[in-house]
Amino acid sequence: MSDEIEQARRFEITISDSGDSFLCKEGQNVLLAMERLGRKGIPVGCRGGGCGICRVQVLDDGKYRTTKMSRAQVSEEDERNGIALACKLIPEGDLQIRPLGFLRNKLN
Amino acid sequence: MSYTGVMRPGHTCLRVLEMEPSLTHYVERLGMIKTGEDDQGRVYLKAWDEHDCFSIVLREADEPGMDFMGFKVHSTADLDRFEVAIREYGIDVERMPAGELKGCGHRIRFVIPSGHPIELYAEKDHAGNGLGYLNPDPWPEGLKGMQVNRFDHCLLYGPNIPDVVDFFVNVLGFALTERVLDPDSNMTGAFLSCSNKAHDIAFIQYPEPSKFHHASFLLNTWEEILHAADIMGMHNISIDIGPTRHGITRGRTIYFFDPSGNRNEVFCGDYTWYPDREPITWTAEELGKAIFYHDRKLNENFLTVVT
Ligand code: FES
Ligand SMILES: [Fe+2]
Repeated sequence: MSDEIEQARRFEITISDSGDSFLCKEGQNVLLAMERLGRKGIPVGCRGGGCGICRVQVLDDGKYRTTKMSRAQVSEEDERNGIALACKLIPEGDLQIRPLGFLRNKLN
Repeated sequence: MSYTGVMRPGHTCLRVLEMEPSLTHYVERLGMIKTGEDDQGRVYLKAWDEHDCFSIVLREADEPGMDFMGFKVHSTADLDRFEVAIREYGIDVERMPAGELKGCGHRIRFVIPSGHPIELYAEKDHAGNGLGYLNPDPWPEGLKGMQVNRFDHCLLYGPNIPDVVDFFVNVLGFALTERVLDPDSNMTGAFLSCSNKAHDIAFIQYPEPSKFHHASFLLNTWEEILHAADIMGMHNISIDIGPTRHGITRGRTIYFFDPSGNRNEVFCGDYTWYPDREPITWTAEELGKAIFYHDRKLNENFLTVVT
């Protein structure tokens, strides 16, 4: 277990608006990493890629992969433009991200 | 009371992003029982104390949410009568043939003013609750996880709540048990019962049609809600809020999410509804308390996180 802790790579995730940053373990999603550290900046909803509240844009060609996300929240074009759901976003390098989703599903 | 007409929520079909983690969630964690699968890849589940062969249908899709919700009516004569009444009301009715859902008799499907497809059916294959009908034990051994008793109700989000209520009350024979009024006295939330329960289906005003807020499953006690919450902790299930108390319906509750972001609830302890009761009204300024009685603040996620 401690070996695992030693060896896991960590990537620095920076929220572009605030400049706030936190570390995300290799293989972990960005939203979970933020929450586990008690940090804020990306709104948290379902944590399952369904609600779209945690939509973010990855800036500056950051390297990452995603697991399956709702097509209703992220279109193929969105994906090509670096838009992802933070709860399904797995960094493969340091990332600069901009939260997008909070106002989208609001009442009115 | 003597049941005729619509008896109870019978099933709901949920879209999931990936089947395998969804089955882990609904079978291993909620404790539902897999009863079948069809050639479209849909998986059929029942809770242990349900007697019909399924209540939840999972369908793998590109976006989560609810395909439809179905209610069981008392007889095929009721089903025929509703088909006529719904058409006369001006809503189109589609007939789904027997067997289209495995083990379910023919259904009628229609879209209500909030945009949700709703179905009625009279017959579904019997599975039993595993205890038999002669000198039964109180519960079966070997249940898993939260051991939910039954699929109980859904809360759905969409527009035109007053029209939805008019249809459920005047065509389907439901009673309005509780409602939420905004400062201009517009109904923005409605809780409807076809039975003795405080709600069998509920609606909250939302600009986008046909959104899904949660599917709820019944537990027996507050202690069982805590036990369910422990299972969520153990398996890192995404918890929304709770355990806590609803003002509306008085239910003791915890909200959480399935792996695709569809919200689930396990709850216990609402009151008994009788048709001679007066509906309860909640005003907009007390809405926070109406929804989560202890927190007493408007919960952003409750109002905006839907699939
Ligand atoms: S929190 Fe719902 S999609 Fe990420
Ligand atoms: Fe509920």
